[in-house]
Amino acid sequence: MSNDVPTELKYTKSHEWIRVEEDGLATIGITDHAQELLGDLVFVELPEVGAELGAGAECAVVESVKAASDVYSPLSGEVIEVNETLAEAPETINEDAYQAGWIFRLRLSDPAELDALMDADSYAEHAESEEH
Amino acid sequence: MLIHEQSHPGRRATAQAPKQRAALDGIPENLRRAAAPALPEVSEMQAVRHYTRLSQKNFSIDTQFYPLGSCTMKYNPRACNSLAMLPGLLGRHPSAPDSHSQGFLACMYELQEMLKDVTGMSAVSLVPAAGAQGEFAGVAMIRAYHDQRGDHERTEIIVPDAAHGTNPATAVMCGYKVREIPTLDDGDVDVEALKETLGPQTAGIMLTNPSTVGVFERRITEIAGLVHEAGGLLYYDGANLNAILGKVRPGDMGFDVIHMNLHKTFSTPHGGGGPGAGPVGVSKRLAPFLPVPMVASGDNGYRWLTEKDCPHSIGKLSAFAGNAGVLLRAYVYARMLGREGMVRVSEYSTLNANYLARRLQDAGFELAYPKRRATHEFIVTLRRQAKELDVSAMDFAKRLLDYGYHAPTTYFPLLVPECFLIEPTETEDLDELDGFIDAMVKIQQEAEQSPDMLKGAPHTLPVRRLDDVRAARELDLRWTPPAA
Repeated sequence: MSNDVPTELKYTKSHEWIRVEEDGLATIGITDHAQELLGDLVFVELPEVGAELGAGAECAVVESVKAASDVYSPLSGEVIEVNETLAEAPETINEDAYQAGWIFRLRLSDPAELDALMDADSYAEHAESEEH
Repeated sequence: MLIHEQSHPGRRATAQAPKQRAALDGIPENLRRAAAPALPEVSEMQAVRHYTRLSQKNFSIDTQFYPLGSCTMKYNPRACNSLAMLPGLLGRHPSAPDSHSQGFLACMYELQEMLKDVTGMSAVSLVPAAGAQGEFAGVAMIRAYHDQRGDHERTEIIVPDAAHGTNPATAVMCGYKVREIPTLDDGDVDVEALKETLGPQTAGIMLTNPSTVGVFERRITEIAGLVHEAGGLLYYDGANLNAILGKVRPGDMGFDVIHMNLHKTFSTPHGGGGPGAGPVGVSKRLAPFLPVPMVASGDNGYRWLTEKDCPHSIGKLSAFAGNAGVLLRAYVYARMLGREGMVRVSEYSTLNANYLARRLQDAGFELAYPKRRATHEFIVTLRRQAKELDVSAMDFAKRLLDYGYHAPTTYFPLLVPECFLIEPTETEDLDELDGFIDAMVKIQQEAEQSPDMLKGAPHTLPVRRLDDVRAARELDLRWTPPAA
């Protein structure tokens, strides 16, 4: 796996990353490790803007030629914006998982949930352990 | 080259052409097409050569070893075809009265009885026309059972993460929420996780045994006990029935409903979307809900049972009673094997799989579950090759085609990285198995010496490596005539 897990982000066991922006919104995507496991993406199903998500809710689907995989919302909140470019160019996630490949932005309803997320070191360790 | 591209205006193959123009009387003017469709215009010889060439380019069980795990691609005896195509069976109209169909109905009744016997279930319906429809019928019956008892709080179906993708899809189709439970490192279901997931909201669990990782679920009776205690039912996905045929019965393991893929286990040419048959078998409490029509036997011979006879049935699933041709082939196959022969199916399919597994292990390949005895299939993981040599399971699979073998199932189940799911079936002989092992060993050497060659495979087939990513992203299934 690639070793550069950005330290400024938070992570989940199910391979989502979370960046809390200056305006308080959380930007969410899947990690570079996750896109590497999935391989070339051919389709991304985005959540609906305005949807209220609970923490752990299935909210998007990323599909490669190998597999279709659910994306779970790491936090509770309302979907404010989705990355429309992914509909036409799902490969953006393969190319730039942490920046241009973001999936959706959330207005958090319970920022305290952030404390339960993993930091970069624990995520790197988790991803490593999953490889056995 | 498409047949359209070989077209020359005015060429005709008259053998199949209609003798006279069809009457258009019943079709309103505004629904008739103004111009003729762009059909290819070729001679009879061109058409014959085109389709013969295509068939020669194909990989098939009649020409190649086809160890496609989870699909049971075994040899289909020619007798099944010829007997299923006896004129009396072939010419039978599905709407003919029972009294004119006694021979066919007798075959279907006996097939129902034989399937009951070999699976240990109380009743069988042959109706579902494919595995997926069998699954749908099975879970619809689970739903009907809970509904009839007024047990409306059961909203969840439990599915292990190693399950076939159709299992969660079926549960969702039937209106259930899917709860996934993990598989342990030794391939068994995580019973502790199952206990935590079970509750008054559990409608049932969908299991494949042997599972998709190619091992027998050892704690199955304990699992059945736990699910039943919680008020849920057990669904058996019959995808891997070939491994236990005549040896162990899902009914004895505690399953309430099972679907069988007759086109796999009972030998019909399948794959590529050909017709299937996915009969369902049930325990006593689900019998009233079976889909119709079924065949009953009585003093006046055999007759169809309809919704009138079975008021609680989930109903009909298609216009008639499933794919008659596939059911007849299965009947002939079962009759030819007999009770003794059926045991040999599972014994030899398991023996072949374990032979291949051990020989490949001895040759340096890594088994995903080295401590477990394989059932009718097993998993090799090529993760070491991927890491050290940067060649993937897909590269190995494509290179196998150059050696004249259909590739095993790749990248399934998803929980094993870079995997091959290999199912040799009972119909392959030792020479064929050894030839496959030799090919794998040679490809390993090639991976070490010239990995780039492997990445370019296949090298000997009519088409090279297909760009499946681009095919999925820019799906294009239309042919348009070039502008004149």
